[in-house]
This record gives sequence, structure tokens and C-alpha cells, in this order.
Amino acid sequence: MSAVLEIEGLRKTYRSRKRGVRHALDGFDMRVEAGQVHGFLGPNGSGKTTTLRTLLGLIRPNGGRMAILGQELPHALPTVAGRVGAIVESPQFFPHFSARDTLGLLAQAGELPRQRVDEVLELVGLRDRAGERVKTYSLGMKQRLAVASALLKNPKLLILDEPANGLDPGGIREMRGLMRGLAESGMTVVLSSHILGEIQLICDSVTIISLGRRVAFGPVEEVLAAHSQGTVRVRLEAVSDLPQAAETLTRSGIRVATSEADHLMLSGVDKPAEVSRLLAEQGLYVSELTPVAVDLESVFLELTATAPVPGQHRQVDQSAKVDQTGTAGGWGA
Amino acid sequence: MSLFVTELRRLGKRRLTRLMLVLLLVGLATVATAFSFSSHKLSPDVVAAAQAESDAQYKRSVEDWKRTVTDCEAAQARGEQTEERFGPNCGKDYQPQPEMFDPKWNLPYQFDFRAEFPTFIAVFAGAVALFAFIVGASFVGAEWNTGGMMNLLLWRPRRLAVLGTKLAALLTTVLGVTVVLGALWTAAFWLIGTSRGTTAKTTAGVWRSIGLDGLRAVALVLVVGAVAFALASLGRHTAMALGAAVAVFAISEIGIRIAVGVLSVPFGERYVLSTYAQSWFMKQAELFDYDTCQFAKGACEPAKYVVTWEQSALVFGVGAVAALVGAFWTMRRRDIS
Ligand SMILES: Nc1ncnc2c1ncn2[C@@H]1O[C@H](COP(=O)(O)OP(=O)(O)OP(=O)(O)O)[C@@H](O)[C@H]1O
Ligand SMILES: [Mg+2]
Repeated sequence: MSAVLEIEGLRKTYRSRKRGVRHALDGFDMRVEAGQVHGFLGPNGSGKTTTLRTLLGLIRPNGGRMAILGQELPHALPTVAGRVGAIVESPQFFPHFSARDTLGLLAQAGELPRQRVDEVLELVGLRDRAGERVKTYSLGMKQRLAVASALLKNPKLLILDEPANGLDPGGIREMRGLMRGLAESGMTVVLSSHILGEIQLICDSVTIISLGRRVAFGPVEEVLAAHSQGTVRVRLEAVSDLPQAAETLTRSGIRVATSEADHLMLSGVDKPAEVSRLLAEQGLYVSELTPVAVDLESVFLELTATAPVPGQHRQVDQSAKVDQTGTAGGWGA
Repeated sequence: MSLFVTELRRLGKRRLTRLMLVLLLVGLATVATAFSFSSHKLSPDVVAAAQAESDAQYKRSVEDWKRTVTDCEAAQARGEQTEERFGPNCGKDYQPQPEMFDPKWNLPYQFDFRAEFPTFIAVFAGAVALFAFIVGASFVGAEWNTGGMMNLLLWRPRRLAVLGTKLAALLTTVLGVTVVLGALWTAAFWLIGTSRGTTAKTTAGVWRSIGLDGLRAVALVLVVGAVAFALASLGRHTAMALGAAVAVFAISEIGIRIAVGVLSVPFGERYVLSTYAQSWFMKQAELFDYDTCQFAKGACEPAKYVVTWEQSALVFGVGAVAALVGAFWTMRRRDIS
């Protein structure tokens, strides 16, 4: 398979006189294969939108290399722009034009036939409201218009930054079908979203970013498998013994992923019997020891270290920081 | 090319463009109509009436004069002092003369196309320049401000080409509006001249001069439009251009005027922008320094400083080029979000 999108070591640094330097992208890598629906995940402020903006030539990177459809960016952007449809974070439109005018002007600028406008309006369900001014649209209707504008050129690569933002449940399900259909017709879709259940349903592969660096990537099943492998839930006879058990296990090199009120979640456990033995040696008796299958959400929270901790308010930018050399967990392609 | 046509269409679709065009039309039409009522054709009847009126006035004042002299002489006969009330020699030396009652003064105002139309070209240029400023600033300002520019750049990533095409579309539209309205404006005043005034002595040379004034008007309007566009693009907001215009006006017309007054800088008005606008139209603006005169010593030619239209062209040209270079340079460099 060939890569439709390649990013290597991308860096973007914002400087401000007051707050100093912020590395929004800090050596970020990403690779998307042709024909895939690729999920782009990360906590707030991790650099997703910055990546997409840089890719689309809206902001200048401070370093790194990017390519779309095998063409180096930003140099080749004018030649590939016609094959890349994109929406970037709650897109805005001139409020006094109607949806049809807005799309008509874009189609004209891109030298597309006029009937294409009606096709995409039909596709996103705005047909009957297309003559009204954008100002009068609801959030979801604006989002649909944005998706329509990205689909207008019938692109090879479709980049959608939080397209589900504001969509109703029916709209989200429709979007899911649309993405699937587009991918089957040979389009490659990059999708940034915080709705991980959705991503798990429609994406073939994902990239997870935290603080401007990639923390995980690969096909969804692989990412899940790598992280559900050896995840076990432990309950003890006496709940009060849980802290001591957590300490014992940590000392013996077993990772305690989360400590809940009545159980522990362990990860990377090869032999569950080992857990049972270690605890018994300390006079702690296990009442339950179950392997669990995790979902993308738990993997995401663990990888980015953004799971809520009772009694604490996590601030943005408080997430996993990986060193430049390896990826957390050490798996993936 | 497709982008140029698109931008022309976008500009034409904008409500503000249409609204401003209507306001401009209404404003110009009102000025022309109101002005046409103030002008009266000097038909033979009107001239004869004016002649009769000044004859009558002459007669009346001669009679008044005679009566005053008689009164004065009567008072002198009574031995009264008359110098103060009637002047020396009973005012006999001040007999009204016929040439003091020129019938011209009794004529109503008549519009003279040849002499006065150039002033109306300047009025026209001012109105259309205001239109160009508002439309030019908002065309690109609103695009930046609503994210339309970003959307367009996703389709046309060559930033300088996009900004340049938008500017070209704006200037084309403004030029079209100026030429069409300018023709209508000329026709309207020609009509006022023929029906309610005079178009006498409008020779080919006069038309050539009017044509040149028209070109000056067009140039001014285009420069104003381009500067507004550049300022709004620099600030990425319509209000930036309006703010800059207000600031320049306040600094130049008020601040500098006061400063040069306080410091009594000779020919201080040469630092004021409107002097250059004036000289652009009048071919030159003359500034006088009356401080060099000592009127006690009698009549005096004050020192003179001339601002030529070439200097105006330089000032406005440099300003416009600076604003445009700034706008294009930041377009190339800055991140877009
Ligand atoms: N113009 C800017 N100036 C300074 N810092 C910026 C600017 N734009 C973005 N950043 C910073 O860059 C980092 C990445 O922002 P980005 O918008 O890419 O996050 P994101 O992953 O899209 O987040 P979200 O999920 O909230 O959309 C943030 O810390 C943000 O504050
Ligand atoms: Mg974002």
C-alpha cells in the first residue's frame, strides 16, 4: 500500500514575548495509507488542528517533512490542492451568503461544474435549505455545509477536523455511512474526533498525539490488542487491602493502570497466576482475577495519561509526554 | 481567470457593495437635482428684467441723493452744523453713477459648465472615493474576519495570487462604477448647462481638460480603494482600515495643523494631507506665509510656497505602494487561522 499522507519530524513552535516558547508540534510523525479511514486522536491542545493547518499550507512549520499523494509540501501544494478536500476546526463562512452561493463561488474558483454543488448539498442533507443565508443556520447545519465544501472537489484525500461537532445522532450515523462509502470508492479519509466510540466504529487505523508527539499509531485492532493484552481486573476479599496490593504489585514490576474504589486494573500481565501468588505471599487474598477487553477510550486515556483522577482537576497540557526516540508501549508498525 | 471572475461575482453579490452603490447613486442624484434648481437660464427676458431693475435702482438712488443734498442745503441755510450728518460739501461729490448699478448683480445664478464643472468633478471624485474606501476595506476585511479567506486558500493555495486577484477584482469593479457614474455625472451637468445654464465656449480644449480632470478623479478613486484594501488586509479586519483612516485624518488634519500652528512652522499646511488632495485636483496648491508681511508698511506680497500635483502624486503613490507592499508581504509570511 502506498502512503497518501506522510509526516516526519514536524515541528511548530509558537513564540510569544510574554509566555515564551510553546512547542505545539514537537517532532510529530504520521502516516496514512491509501483507501483508509484514519482516526487522528489527541487531548485538547495536543496539536491536531495545528498539524492539519500546517499540512494545508495555512501555517508554516519550523521543521520536518510532509507529503500528500507522494508530493512534497508545501512546495507542491498548488498541484495537489485540487485533490485534497478539508475542513479545519469549526469552519466559518461569510454569513450573508446562502449555502448555494458559498459553494457556487468555491466551485467556480476551483473550476468545477455547477451541478456538483447540488450533488453535495443533497449528500449532506441541505438541499431544501440551501437558499437561506448561512447566518440563519444551526451549528449542525453549518457543519454539514463545511463537509459539503470539503466534498465538493471529490477529493482523493479528505481531511476532516472534528466533523461530528454539532451533528445530531442521525447526522453522526449518516456521516459514518458516508465515510465508509467514500473509503470504499477509493477516497482516503483523515478524521480528527473526540468521539472515540465513533472512531472505533469507522476507522481502519489511528494516530494518537499528545503534547505535539505521536504516542501510538497503527490499525485499530492492533492498538487495542497491544493494550488489552494482559489487562486484568483484580478484586480482593477486603477492599481496605487494595492500596497495599497496589504497592506490592508495583514493586514487583507489574503496572497498575488504575485504582478504583473496589478493584485494580493491571496492564501488561503475562501470567495472571503470578499476581495471585505475589498477593498471597503478602496475605492478601484475591476474590476475582479477570482478563478484560478494553475499548479505544481506555487505551486513549492510558496512552495520553488523561484519565480523570478523583479529587483532581486535570489542566490542559497535562498529558503524556513521550521521548523522541520511541513510542510509548513500544508497539506498532 | 476563473478566480478573477469568481471574485468579481463575490464582490457583486455582497450586500454592502449593493447598498453603497445605491447610496452613492442617491447621493449624486440628489446633489445634481438640488443644484439644477439653483441655476437659472439667462434668457433675454431675464436679462431685460435685470436691466430694468438696475435702471430703476439707479433712478431711485439718484433721487435719494438729490433729496439728501436739498435737505442738507436747507439745514445749512438754517445755520446748522451739517458736516457730521451729511459729510463734506453736503455729499454733493457722491452722486450715484450708472456703472454702480450693473445689471449683472440683479441676474440670478447661472451655471457655467465650462468654468464650474471641474469643481463638480472633484465633488464626484470625493464621493466615489468614499465608496471605494468602504467597499474595498470590507471586501477583504470581511473575508479575513469570517474565515472566507481561509476557505478560499484551501482551494487556491497561492496566497499572493489570491490576494492580487481579489485586488484586481476590486479595482476593476471600482473602475467600472467610476467610469459609468462619471459619464452619467457629466451628462447630468451638461444637461443642467444646456437647460438651466450655459455651455458656451466648451471647446475641444475644454473637453480635453475635463478629460484630464476625469483621469485624476479615476486615479484618486483607485488609489483610495487600493489603500483601503491593503489596510484591511494588513489588519485582517474591515475596522482596521476605517480606524487607520480616522487616525490619519485626526493626526494630519487636526494634530499637525495644531502643532504647526503652535510652533508657527512656515507653510505648515504642506504637512497636511488635504493640501495634497487639493493640489491634485487644482494642479497646484498655493500656501502663503503672512508672517513675512508687515502690513503697517503697506501692501505686501506674502511669501509663497507651491505644492504641485506632481508632489501630490508622489505622496499618494508612495503611501499606496507602502500599504500594498505591506499587505502582500504579510500575506506571504503570516500564519492563517
Ligand atoms: N496562534 C497560536 N499561538 C500560540 N499558540 C497556539 C496557536 N495556535 C495553537 N496554539 C497552541 O498549540 C497547541 C496545539 O493546538 P491545536 O489547536 O493544534 O490543538 P488540538 O489538538 O486541535 O486541540 P482540540 O482538541 O482542542 O481541538 C495548543 O497548546 C495551543 O494553545
Ligand atoms: Mg483542534
